Amino acid sequence: MKEVHIETLQELLNSFANKDVYIHLETTNGAYASHFDTKVFNAGAFIRNAKIRYELGKVVDDTPHRIGLKMEHGWVYAQGITHYELDEHGRLLMAGLDYTGKLAIALQISETPFSY
Amino acid sequence: MTLPSERHVLIIFPHPDDEAFSVAGIARLYHQMGVPVTYACLTLGEMGRNLGNPPFATRESLPEIRRQELIAACEAMAIPDLRMMGLRDKTIEFEDDEKMVQLVTSLIEELNPSVIYSFYPRYAVHPDHEATARAVKEAVSRIDKTVRPRLLGCAFANNTLAELGEPHVIVNIESVKDYKVKALQAHASQTAWMMAETAKRVDEGQPMSESWLNIEKFYVIQQPDELGEPIQRVQY
Ligand SMILES: [Zn+2]
Repeated sequence: MKEVHIETLQELLNSFANKDVYIHLETTNGAYASHFDTKVFNAGAFIRNAKIRYELGKVVDDTPHRIGLKMEHGWVYAQGITHYELDEHGRLLMAGLDYTGKLAIALQISETPFSY
Repeated sequence: MTLPSERHVLIIFPHPDDEAFSVAGIARLYHQMGVPVTYACLTLGEMGRNLGNPPFATRESLPEIRRQELIAACEAMAIPDLRMMGLRDKTIEFEDDEKMVQLVTSLIEELNPSVIYSFYPRYAVHPDHEATARAVKEAVSRIDKTVRPRLLGCAFANNTLAELGEPHVIVNIESVKDYKVKALQAHASQTAWMMAETAKRVDEGQPMSESWLNIEKFYVIQQPDELGEPIQRVQY
């Protein structure tokens, strides 16, 4: 994964628009967060291989980046995205890595389902 | 006391690296004694958060990296029989409970272990650890008391010492410490930062404050029909 390049990422988001795609969306502060610091409220969400179709995908030029996907009946968005790549399977992988290199959020789009 | 020999040792943990922290030394000791050891690792730690910055992996490439690390760690620990059970990280507690018990039961029926190492229920912190511990304890509880394998659990919740007291089984692994370090290093995607920090402290002449590389410690997990039976604390 490379650091987000706005124009390239915007083109990639456009290339998945108006198609049935599978998404992976994940946010986390780690399963151990409240073990190491009892003041941390541990929350996160995970969805993998939900099939959606978006008409408009947009990356906002603000660091870390926010990405929104507008669907016929709703929205998907992610904030905190720092890195991206189009992998060897043509899947768009986006991630937000914190200052220590830990994943804080992931948003991934693919025309074929992700593995299990 | 010397570590007793076993018919077969079964280790069950959910994540690659759980075993390196918990049982790497004792696994190596069993190897030296000629005791057969099986490690059933339930997931590939697919949800590991450490991808680096700049990143060395993606969410999608991490599982294969961790699979290779697990294989290398098992070589360091001389665990000959590694089973990767194909579940997904952070989902074990959402699987059907009975399915999880059956998974453990079939391993026990196949291998007929005399001792099982896993996590201690309610003191294992991570939801996958807890779900694993529950399934293992339940599977063992269904075995007739007279032929049941012993069940030893790792516990590291913050309230462990206060509520469970000193560990029941303490194993000195100093003689195989280098293999434990190798196993931990094999899980580089998870431990590189920690291992570098440890090496630095040793280089600077600061002895490790804890003896975590010299001993491994376990609690005897008692079934409901065993409660009240005295537990002897032993050191090997
Ligand atoms: Zn674990």
